[in-house]
Amino acid sequence: MKNLIEVKNIKKNYGKKEAVKGISFNVQENEILGLLGPNGSGKTTTIGMLLGLLKPTSGQILINNLKLENHRIEILEMINFISPYIELPKKLTVKQNLNVYAKLYKVQNIKERIEYLSEKLRIEELLDSITGELSSGQKNRVSLAKALINEPRVLLLDEPTASLDPEVGDFVRTFLEEYKKEKKISVLLASHNMSEVTRLCKSVLMMKNGEIIDQGTPDDLITKHGRTNLEEVFLKLSRSQSEFN
Amino acid sequence: MSLTRIYGLFLRHFYLITRSFPRILDLVYWPTIQITLWGFISNFFATHTTYYNNAVGVILTCAILYDFLFRTSIGFNMLFLEEIWSRNFTNLFIAPMKIGEILTSLVITALIRSLIGLVPAVLLTSPLFGISILELGIFLFFLFLSLYIFGITLGILVSSGLLRFGPSFENIAWSTMFLLAPFGCIYYPIETLPEVFQKIAYILPLVYIFEEARNILINQTVDIENIYNAFIWNALYFTLSIILFYYSFNAAKNRGTLINMGE
Repeated sequence: MKNLIEVKNIKKNYGKKEAVKGISFNVQENEILGLLGPNGSGKTTTIGMLLGLLKPTSGQILINNLKLENHRIEILEMINFISPYIELPKKLTVKQNLNVYAKLYKVQNIKERIEYLSEKLRIEELLDSITGELSSGQKNRVSLAKALINEPRVLLLDEPTASLDPEVGDFVRTFLEEYKKEKKISVLLASHNMSEVTRLCKSVLMMKNGEIIDQGTPDDLITKHGRTNLEEVFLKLSRSQSEFN
Repeated sequence: MSLTRIYGLFLRHFYLITRSFPRILDLVYWPTIQITLWGFISNFFATHTTYYNNAVGVILTCAILYDFLFRTSIGFNMLFLEEIWSRNFTNLFIAPMKIGEILTSLVITALIRSLIGLVPAVLLTSPLFGISILELGIFLFFLFLSLYIFGITLGILVSSGLLRFGPSFENIAWSTMFLLAPFGCIYYPIETLPEVFQKIAYILPLVYIFEEARNILINQTVDIENIYNAFIWNALYFTLSIILFYYSFNAAKNRGTLINMGE
């Protein structure tokens, strides 16, 4: 299976502070890789570097075999991102927002693409609504539509179901599973929801203080650490590391 | 450069303007208030001083020119700040847009925003005060173009600061024009300024633009050198602003400002 994301020994320093300390990992085609870690462990910094918003102090990032530092625009055309911490312009309607981003990503058949995503994400009836007036669950599905507007080959998800009720959360997870299977995309999922990670991810990276402290499939990690679920593994690793720091 | 992307980003702001009546009102309100206020002040000068033979025309024309500059600069900053306030900044910078495309789109949108405000103000001056800014003739175009370039330049400089320092730089965005206004010699000749201030004024394009506007209206002659000097200084500052914007973008990628913008 081809690696769509290749991260090679990337570091990020802010002055003397080392936010990310030389991590390496790959994400294959048709794979969802979980990125776990407590707050401040370097997850957002890592995603920021993959999106080209942050320049690594050293190391290399390749997306679909292209070096990010040399092919920023080509890479951004095949990548997208969703996070509860960023929003779409609130005063525009859903359709206007999707239309704007379809133009920015130079989508060819804008009307068909918006119709397809609207149907898949059940937002047809929201298209003429003002984005700022939507509920959290509706906004989340609209943001997901924006993140898929360019048919990305690589999708970066930062807490994609944070603040969603269980029904909407389950809908989003099911959608992501099916979409990944259908389009064979690579997904990097940063989440604090361990059941979500267990359900969606083939393998998991555990980060702490800018380093990868463990990795493997959710089942392997649970067995290796003698716990009954991933949340217990997360707590054990977070706390045991803290003792050393 | 992709026209589609430039058009796409233009649409993002066009939709916002057309969807919000207060925004349209805001575009028209301030220029109108400004022009009306200065019209009355000008009328006062016309009856109480002999400094200008045609004080209403000169002062009101300069007020319109200055307001165009003010609208262009603030308009450009507003477009950038809108992205920060709406927490859309990250979405924009992870879209496959070149910096040149972002700037071009904002420059065009800022022009349209300024024109929306300018046209009603210009139309009002004739019935209210019997003045037509068109008296500046063909050279009016060059004066407006020069002001537009300088307004955009200030906008790019402030946006560079926002990129580099984050939203905390916002207050600077609002005060730039007020800081430069005394050196621009908008309503008075440069000789009015103290000598030290005159030296500063001479390295700004504003003084050449407003001196020339007064020259055309009062002396009915055209001094091409003023227009030429304004363009030379504009070219220099505009180039510097573009270089600074690219520098700030790279600095923001090193410091992480882009990912924390809006927080």
